[in-house]
Amino acid sequence: MEQVKAITTEQETETAVQYIVVRIGNEQYGINIKYIDNIVRNQKITRVPKTQTYYKGVINLRGEIIPVMSIRLKLGLEDDEFTDKTRIIIVKIEGATIGVIVDQVREVVTLDDDNTEKITRTSRDDAASGYISSIGKSKGELISLLDIVGLIVEN
Amino acid sequence: MDVSQYLEIFLDESNEHLQTLSDQLIILEKEPDNSDTINEIFRAAHSLKGMAGTMGYKRMQNLTHDMENVFSEVRNGNMEVNSNLVDVLFQCLDALETYVDNIRETQDEGTDDNEPIIKALNAFIASEGKGNAAPAAKKEEAPAATASAAPADDKDMPLADFEKNAVNEALKKNLHVYKIKVSVDENCILKAARAFLVFKNLEGHGDIIKSEPSVQDIEDEKFDFDFSIIVVTEEKYDNIIALIKNVSEIKDAAGQEITQPFPEEQTEEAKEEKKETSAVSQTAKPAAAKPAAKKPASTGKTSGSVSHTVRVDIEKLDVLMNLVSELIIAKNGLVSASHVEGDEAAALNQSFTEQIEYLERVTTNLHESVMKVRMMPIESVFSRFPRMIRDLNKKLGKKMELYMSGEDTELDRTVIDEIGDPIMHLLRNSADHGLESAEIRKERGKSEVGSIFLDAFQEGNNVVIEVRDDGNGIDTEKVKAKAVEKGTITQEQADVMTDKEAIDLLFRPSFSTAEKVTDVSGRGVGLDVVKSKIEALGGDVEVKTKYGEGSTFSIRLPLTLAIIQALMVKLGDEKYAISLGSIETIEDIPVSDIKYVHAKEVIHLRGNVIPLIRLRDLLDVPGEPEESENITVVVVRKGDKQAGLVVDSLIGQMEIVIKSLGKYIRINKMISGATILGDGSVALIIDANTLV
Repeated sequence: MEQVKAITTEQETETAVQYIVVRIGNEQYGINIKYIDNIVRNQKITRVPKTQTYYKGVINLRGEIIPVMSIRLKLGLEDDEFTDKTRIIIVKIEGATIGVIVDQVREVVTLDDDNTEKITRTSRDDAASGYISSIGKSKGELISLLDIVGLIVEN
Repeated sequence: MDVSQYLEIFLDESNEHLQTLSDQLIILEKEPDNSDTINEIFRAAHSLKGMAGTMGYKRMQNLTHDMENVFSEVRNGNMEVNSNLVDVLFQCLDALETYVDNIRETQDEGTDDNEPIIKALNAFIASEGKGNAAPAAKKEEAPAATASAAPADDKDMPLADFEKNAVNEALKKNLHVYKIKVSVDENCILKAARAFLVFKNLEGHGDIIKSEPSVQDIEDEKFDFDFSIIVVTEEKYDNIIALIKNVSEIKDAAGQEITQPFPEEQTEEAKEEKKETSAVSQTAKPAAAKPAAKKPASTGKTSGSVSHTVRVDIEKLDVLMNLVSELIIAKNGLVSASHVEGDEAAALNQSFTEQIEYLERVTTNLHESVMKVRMMPIESVFSRFPRMIRDLNKKLGKKMELYMSGEDTELDRTVIDEIGDPIMHLLRNSADHGLESAEIRKERGKSEVGSIFLDAFQEGNNVVIEVRDDGNGIDTEKVKAKAVEKGTITQEQADVMTDKEAIDLLFRPSFSTAEKVTDVSGRGVGLDVVKSKIEALGGDVEVKTKYGEGSTFSIRLPLTLAIIQALMVKLGDEKYAISLGSIETIEDIPVSDIKYVHAKEVIHLRGNVIPLIRLRDLLDVPGEPEESENITVVVVRKGDKQAGLVVDSLIGQMEIVIKSLGKYIRINKMISGATILGDGSVALIIDANTLV
């Protein structure tokens, strides 16, 4: 997190947006840092019966109860496998707090208009690409930038 | 100095007085000769007038003043109380309420003078005996008249030279100089505010060249109950005195005109003058004291009845409540930490456990007292209904009577704030749809006057509020027909529908069976709103009805919202909490005792057939239950229905803090929330009410 702060103060150009790069399966995804409240290690998730399948349950984060969503299931990928690299990213959207499970948290990158590209949708889009707002390029790698609000708000 | 800091007090007290007026008016209409009631009304009206005046709300003051005149006529036996008069008086209260609302929102009373109401009030006074109205008006003026004769105070007021000069100057210019002693009522709380208003009223009418004690001291309330001022003005003595007396809780104002200029460099004469004044004042005093003596008697009772209460901001209570919640979680943590296995820990555990039990007792008591602080009698909600029913009487042209009981039943403040509208809706519903017209009632052999009952009582950990009427009851056939007509259900569905299901239709959005849309109810937004509001408060609504005999709507609400006693149960590896309030018994039942009715599992328990609900299946708990010869059944009750919840094992009773699960996760109705256990894990709370 300290690294994050350092970068925030360094670069505050208008178009530059900071993303936390996470790994889900073999792909890299970027989540806009302004929605991120916290990143916590995986902990005991209490199952909630009869809810959406992509909600793994709820956790206790310092006395608050927070629902945890599986991005994998929401994107139509295979179910999560919990390892010691698994993290829960705590996201704050419209006053609600929600945790999303990722396989690994990599780094923080700053992307501006020059190195992001809008993606053109094709008719063969799968569930995943619906929540990708654009593609970012950093150090020769491609990062799918997640529309985290849409991902959480849409049922 | 300004009066805005008193605004809160003003608003609170105004509402209290308005409520008193409303309550007492209802009584007065029924017992026009009840002198206690008349006195109570008079007191409330008078205080209201005084407060409005103090705060500078002239329109409100005028209206209350005219209202007070009417009451004073009634009190003196010069006027008869009739329904027309009460109508106008209620309009008056409504208008006053509008003023108060305006003030709450904008700090301004608005611009509506409510002339028609004032005219109507005055018309009553005029018509009810022309001879009688005059003395009343005279009485008002009487104190002023005596005061004008009463000269200055008995206390001396030394003038500095420059002040004497100012007086002399004024006299040279043919201005009047008055020395006035103002006495504030002994029961006055905001002395400084009253004094300030005296000064303010005189502004523009003249200059105050001297006050004793000084203006600063007066503002700081460093005076007993009177102060003296010297005013230089063009206006007449009576006008000035009237201006001062306009300020409420000013007991008296009297003084004299200084006509003799102070001789320069000479005190002899001034002293003589003082002597003179004190001599006259003694004779004048009794006269002035007379009207004043009346007032403490009337205000005395109100101040005497003030109970030992403190107004506390609800937010502060919320903070306190949250702290108690945290304390309980911490305590639960300690409790689970103390259950260390092993022999060597046993000795240590002994005293540790004792301490924890002590802590447990303290936190439980603390919780209870905090909850109690948040509790309010439901009276504050109920109190406005008699008035409403009275209005409905007139509006609907039906005769009805409202009977209330259990007004002292207490509920959490947050519930109190929300429960008013739903109850009001149910009452209107009873009045409009429930009760038949007088003719039909006669035909059916019922009393012409319909009865609506509003009862509140506690039942276990719930509070039940019942709205009952002896009217028509719900015509389920009509409800079904309407639903079919509206396309809510098909004819086939209607044919197989039970009465209960038909009644449930009423709670669907946009369903109204009223044949005509009235002002009272029948706009199609109704019972569904009532239902959703009650459910949002964690309660539910139940209807019992018998066609031709009446219906009962029962609202069941949890006593407390945030912290409850719960039974912790285990299903597989998962822990769940069930509110103790809904649990009746816990039974160990041999598997062989399970019977089948309509292919559903039931048990026989003390003469009751209780359906079984396997929570494992209901909650999709992973894994298979262990085979055993007995099952543990938690019997829960809602109203007169029961159900048996089958669980794997019991953990025990625990005090839990209810937390919400958040916004985007979809929660089944049977989960009412979650709680954090001592070990930091989360357990879901099962709402047994939804399962019965």
